[in-house]
Amino acid sequence: METLSALFTFWHEQAGKLGEQTLQHIGLTAASLLLAVLVGGPLGLFLSRRPRWAPAVLGLAGVLQTVPSIALLGFLIPLLGIGPKPAIFALFLYSLLPIIRNTLAGIQGVPPAMVEAARGLGLTDGQVLRQVELPLALPVLMAGIRTATVINVGVATLAAYVAAGGLGEFIFGGINLNNPVMILAGALPAAGLALAFDALLGGVQKLSARRLRQTGAALLLALPLLAGAYLLPRATGKLLAGFSPEFVGRADGLPGLTKAYGLTHLPSVVLAPALVYEAAHSANVDVIDGYSTDGRIRAYGLRVLRDDRRVFPPYYAVPVVRPALLREHPELRPVLAQLDGQISDSAMTELNYRADYLHQDPRAIAEAFLRRRGLWRDARPAVPGAPVVRLGSKIFAEQYILIEMYAALIRGQTDLAVEIKTGLGATSICFEALRTGAIDLYPEYTGTGLLVLLQPRPQVIDSLGGRPAAVLGYVRAEFRRRYGLEWLAPLGFNNTYALLMRGQQAQALGIASVSDLGGYLRK
Amino acid sequence: MTTIRATNLHKRYGAQPVVQDVSFELAAGETLVLLGPSGCGKTTLLKMLNRLIEPDAGTVEINGRDVHAQRPEVLRRGMGYVIQQVGLLPHYTVAENIAVVPKLLGHAPAAIAARTEALLTRLHLPPARYAGQLPHQLSGGQQQRVGLARALAADPPIILMDEPFGALDPITRASIRREFRELDELRSKTVVLVTHDVTEAFELADRILLLDAGRVQQMGTPRELLFRPANDFVRLFFAAERLALQLRVLTLGDVFGEENLTEANRTTTVHEALEQLTGAAADGSDTFTVAQLMAAFGEALQREEDAWKR
Repeated sequence: METLSALFTFWHEQAGKLGEQTLQHIGLTAASLLLAVLVGGPLGLFLSRRPRWAPAVLGLAGVLQTVPSIALLGFLIPLLGIGPKPAIFALFLYSLLPIIRNTLAGIQGVPPAMVEAARGLGLTDGQVLRQVELPLALPVLMAGIRTATVINVGVATLAAYVAAGGLGEFIFGGINLNNPVMILAGALPAAGLALAFDALLGGVQKLSARRLRQTGAALLLALPLLAGAYLLPRATGKLLAGFSPEFVGRADGLPGLTKAYGLTHLPSVVLAPALVYEAAHSANVDVIDGYSTDGRIRAYGLRVLRDDRRVFPPYYAVPVVRPALLREHPELRPVLAQLDGQISDSAMTELNYRADYLHQDPRAIAEAFLRRRGLWRDARPAVPGAPVVRLGSKIFAEQYILIEMYAALIRGQTDLAVEIKTGLGATSICFEALRTGAIDLYPEYTGTGLLVLLQPRPQVIDSLGGRPAAVLGYVRAEFRRRYGLEWLAPLGFNNTYALLMRGQQAQALGIASVSDLGGYLRK
Repeated sequence: MTTIRATNLHKRYGAQPVVQDVSFELAAGETLVLLGPSGCGKTTLLKMLNRLIEPDAGTVEINGRDVHAQRPEVLRRGMGYVIQQVGLLPHYTVAENIAVVPKLLGHAPAAIAARTEALLTRLHLPPARYAGQLPHQLSGGQQQRVGLARALAADPPIILMDEPFGALDPITRASIRREFRELDELRSKTVVLVTHDVTEAFELADRILLLDAGRVQQMGTPRELLFRPANDFVRLFFAAERLALQLRVLTLGDVFGEENLTEANRTTTVHEALEQLTGAAADGSDTFTVAQLMAAFGEALQREEDAWKR
């Protein structure tokens, strides 16, 4: 009941957006369907005349059908950019198979005697096609179009990942924010659309062959009009932003940013998180959200805009340890402290770049870094029966690199043995492992400790005001109090949300901070 | 006057010869029945006449003109075509089906409508009731009549029929055949009809072309095939139904002598006379009894066979 009322409230508040997305959704479906009918119909006809080609063509269309939609979109971005083009093309590819196959089946289903009788009466091949084969194949062809339509309404939700709009914007925003109301707000209209299209075409299919011909022609005319719904004017501005759904939805993301910096006149499209960097790199969009130490910042020549009003919460990386470890091996404390404040944002970005783009081994990256800083010592010979320090990490490159650094320091400067447990997955798994003593140390981020693990009341978060020292102080005190775990000193870099632009463009426009961006847009 | 002339037609599918060296001539207004067992090549032969199948060798001339001298569609529009499966277009009404060829030929809509109505009436399908119906609403016999009407619609001088009654039950089949025979429309047409039904062939044919394994076994009138078979195949082909065929071939004129009969009775077959004598319509006005007829029939048969032997 609560969800329902929340849903209606959401729709009410977002009525404009809902209408726009629904129209976009219809437009995407209709445009791709039109293309598929225009291409698939003749292709099916061709195959009915040259059945030898049928297995190859149908096989290819079938293979296309099995390509996961998000992967297909990924392939299309470098070719077609972002926006409606790759979305419509992907949907077009998905609807090809049912349309080709049903056209072929429809034509092949016409009794040969009927065709022969028509030819015997003196109809030309073209007349046989138009007056006999096509009208008789039409019900089967329509069934194919119907299948394709329902598939397309569903798959079109993914268009939200490539900035093509549609009801997927709500759905994927909701998934990323774990907001069921928002998911439903997009999913219910999408399901409704699928049902409505299915019922409509189902009704058309039941018409007599004669009426079907007229209705089919009318539908073919209607498709471009529906596709036109997509071309409704969209806001334009000096710069175009591409944001991940999560960023658009969460309070400390775009809404907070807009409020704090007055970021008006910044039209934005929604993109899959995995695609935003690519989109910025290929200049499909100008401003994106990302993480401040991502290796792609270096790889794509992007610039992090300084968050001079501290809207994004601080996510400083800090090793979290079980105090028992330091009590039993006090010699560890100075060894671990050697990294305190040693890794800047740009240094971490560089290290991530080596891992993600140069595909270097995290261990080698860690060694090279330590050698540059003069911290590298060759590992001491193993002492039999030495106590073991167990280090954990979440599954991404940044954590692997950090944990290799700590392992190298401990091996080189103490007699302790080291065991590395990578791949502990999500935050909660790492944290539980540490709390229960399965591991002794892992790197955590202050923002994550605050918002994900401690989850204090909003007033507490507000009182901290995003100040790095205050946040660290709060999580350190609370972890000690609640779990008896110890946050050591920050490593130096802040892996937080960030607004990014292409370096060249930012330089040309004189934009270094988010305030600069706001100023430029208002000019 | 020769309407259709086929000369040395050959056709093979792969290594399988289907039609081998078939030639025949057909005069205007004649009905030729292509008869033979399944797979003897009779349908292939028929389809060569309207170029649905092209021969490997040999020529077909229609009214003295090689069929290859014109486009196949144009050729076909000048020949009615009726097939066993009827082949009515299921999404067209009865009237529209009948109008297909006249429309292709560009006839005026009013003329087409009048022609359709006339044909339906003549074929016992009252237009008011049937013209607007779709084929699936009709019985098999009615569909076949529409198929016939469609072939006749543009009044072509030639009609080709491929087992036109093959899909019907025996009773419907006999009655449609009778209608067909009595149809004025068909009297003046040159008809080529394919069948494997011997009785049908004897009932409808002016001449029969009997085929086996793609070769002509004999071509002639039913009487010739029955009383003077060219070879054992021909003899054996008719053996099973010999008596029934003899009853259909011999007329009252043959058995009683022409001088003893009225004009109308001379061409009545013995078969028909027997039907009248034994049927419900018998009114006692006949000038002979069944016994007299059968005795005369026996004698006539003897005379025929003696005559052919000599």
